[in-house]
Amino acid sequence: MKKVRAWQLLVFLAPAVIIYSMFSALPLADTLRLGFYTSNDAGVRSFVGLDNYRTILFDPDWSAAFWNAMWNNIKFFCIHMALQNPIGLLLATLFSLKGLRGARTYRTLIFLPTLLSVVIIGFIWQLILSPLWGVGEKLMGLVGLADWFGPWLGQESTALLTLSLISVWQYIGIPMMLIYAALLAVPDEVLEAAHAEGASGLRIFWQIKLPLIYPTLGLVTILTFVANFNAFDLIYSVKGALAGPNYSADLLGTYFYRTFFGYQAQIGSPTMGAAVATLMFLVILAGVGAYFVMVQRRLTRYAL
Amino acid sequence: MHNTKKAGGFPFVKKLMASATCAGALAMAMAGGHAQAGNLTIESWRVDDLQLWQDVLIPAFQKKNPGITVKFSPTAPTEYDSSLAARLAGGTAGDLVACRPFDVSLSLYNKGHLEKLDGKSGMEFFAPAAKTAWQSDDGKDTFCMPIASVIHGFFYNTKIFKELNLEPPKTEAEFFKLLDAVKANGKYTPLVMGTSEQWESHQVLFTGIGPNYWKGEEGRKALISGKAKFTDPQFVAAWEYEAKLAQYLPKGASAQTYSDSQNMFALGRGAVYPAGSWDIAYFNGKLDMGAFPPPVPKAGDACYISDHNDIGMGVNKKSKNKEDAYKFLAWLGSQEFADLYTNKVTGFFSLSNHLISVKDPIAKQMIGWRKGCASTIRVNSQILNRGTPSMENEMWNVNAQVLNGKLTPKDAAAKIQAGFAKWYKPQQ
Repeated sequence: MKKVRAWQLLVFLAPAVIIYSMFSALPLADTLRLGFYTSNDAGVRSFVGLDNYRTILFDPDWSAAFWNAMWNNIKFFCIHMALQNPIGLLLATLFSLKGLRGARTYRTLIFLPTLLSVVIIGFIWQLILSPLWGVGEKLMGLVGLADWFGPWLGQESTALLTLSLISVWQYIGIPMMLIYAALLAVPDEVLEAAHAEGASGLRIFWQIKLPLIYPTLGLVTILTFVANFNAFDLIYSVKGALAGPNYSADLLGTYFYRTFFGYQAQIGSPTMGAAVATLMFLVILAGVGAYFVMVQRRLTRYAL
Repeated sequence: MHNTKKAGGFPFVKKLMASATCAGALAMAMAGGHAQAGNLTIESWRVDDLQLWQDVLIPAFQKKNPGITVKFSPTAPTEYDSSLAARLAGGTAGDLVACRPFDVSLSLYNKGHLEKLDGKSGMEFFAPAAKTAWQSDDGKDTFCMPIASVIHGFFYNTKIFKELNLEPPKTEAEFFKLLDAVKANGKYTPLVMGTSEQWESHQVLFTGIGPNYWKGEEGRKALISGKAKFTDPQFVAAWEYEAKLAQYLPKGASAQTYSDSQNMFALGRGAVYPAGSWDIAYFNGKLDMGAFPPPVPKAGDACYISDHNDIGMGVNKKSKNKEDAYKFLAWLGSQEFADLYTNKVTGFFSLSNHLISVKDPIAKQMIGWRKGCASTIRVNSQILNRGTPSMENEMWNVNAQVLNGKLTPKDAAAKIQAGFAKWYKPQQ
């Protein structure tokens, strides 16, 4: 094999490095920088150090909304972890069973919503759940539950939960597919050997399949974490940037939007927005970092 | 498994982070390039008017000014202010910019995005009062040409009123008697409104019914000078009135959107609809309706209406085609435009002093209220929206909560006042 020369390295790496730094690294660095500035009425920027962060974290006008959004975001993530991923695992396990009828059709149907635009998803669910025209109340009436129906998207106590469930419904296909692919990769010989030894189906799942797909479950967890803490579009398309009632559905994404772009009469502030974006970045970085240190390093990989 | 790391589908909303710094680049993608000489682009939040501009207004302008092509390119109302600010900063906004009243536009002017328009041809047709919404605080600089105002009141379904033998109410007591009658009948929703989008509860209902309590301009100016507080009885009374109205809203109103309400009233399922005059055009031809101004607290009380300077037009300082933009402004000041706009964009009333006969009966009725009642603008739109927390956003939230029964009128007043006093010197 010929030795790779320095200029060759440069030439082949350059396109990726240039594009990546221009559209990803630089904007990110610039966001971090912008968070240290403030701008006056005339739009002139001046350096203020950590002032923006102090305002967001300690000035009650800002911090109440920030912590509310953060707390909502944590709930949003917990609901996804409690429902989306276990159900995804269950579905994937069912589909990977041999000889299951209609598995392919169901698989496609369950995956389908992930392909739809969030705006459409938001609109459809808003219609379904509408207390005026929605089919939700009628459908519940068919099974005698009409009295349990409520304007779920409009109540402080239920708005965030409802939106989380809509999001779970939409994205459940992703963990399902990832886990499904991992389960297919489990070698047949291992399973046959277990069978031959007389292990039950459940035992095979808990003691063989599950340990083998731990890395995938970890991946799904971290993808969910990043996606959830960046979430914005569904909330915005259903509830607007005020994420009402009384900010009960406000996530860091909508909080960032209001701060950076402004909303209605609130005038946006790019510098404050950059500070919020930086905080979001740090939260995600911390989460991903913790995952790598605490989980990823300890995972045992089996050579299959 | 490593090859699946990039499996698509998860909403990689990293763009949020990126957009924090390259708003300019982002805006460029949205705006679709600069205008050239001979071309004008109008920015606006009036998505509903697109057809009208394309079919009526722009052709009328071009008849007088051949060779200038005009494109009307609106953005959804809730996104307009923010996306426009980003486009102006990025240098990709249109030549002509529809102006919100007061502080939002003033901030654009202070940042140097809008041209000063004093003395420009067409401006002479507007009275000083019409221009206040688009002037610097000292009144020396005017930066948008006034176009139109909107008036608030209530629409009612004539058929339902006839069926239940009801009359438009004059006083608060009569209004509640009427709503009770509709409720007792059980066939129709008494008051058609939802709080899902929150803005209607403030902009349509609270600032529509409130002026009768705080005496319009008198109350508004007292807030600005620091002589009155939101916790004073005349303001709390407005919230108390609003809270009483809550029991007449449709079932599940907290999840009902603005378009749900429009549909519901148009389908004849509700008796009374808290309205802005811009709603006239939507309902025309769909049902028989009448209008009445917000009922006064007691018989014989003076009446006040929310007659809000709503829309103006400014010139983008970075426009490549200012000469044509001024020609367009001159036309906006003309009798022809005033007449077309008032009569075609039903429910928007020209702010110019040209004499115009309003043809639409409901619009005519609403503009007629100016004779018997004193006009005022929305209570917080001048100066009061300037600080942090943004009073407009707080008002949306608080009024929606009062209607949802989650906040008492007293607490609502206290919350608004606390946010107000935090940044406004005369209130401290």
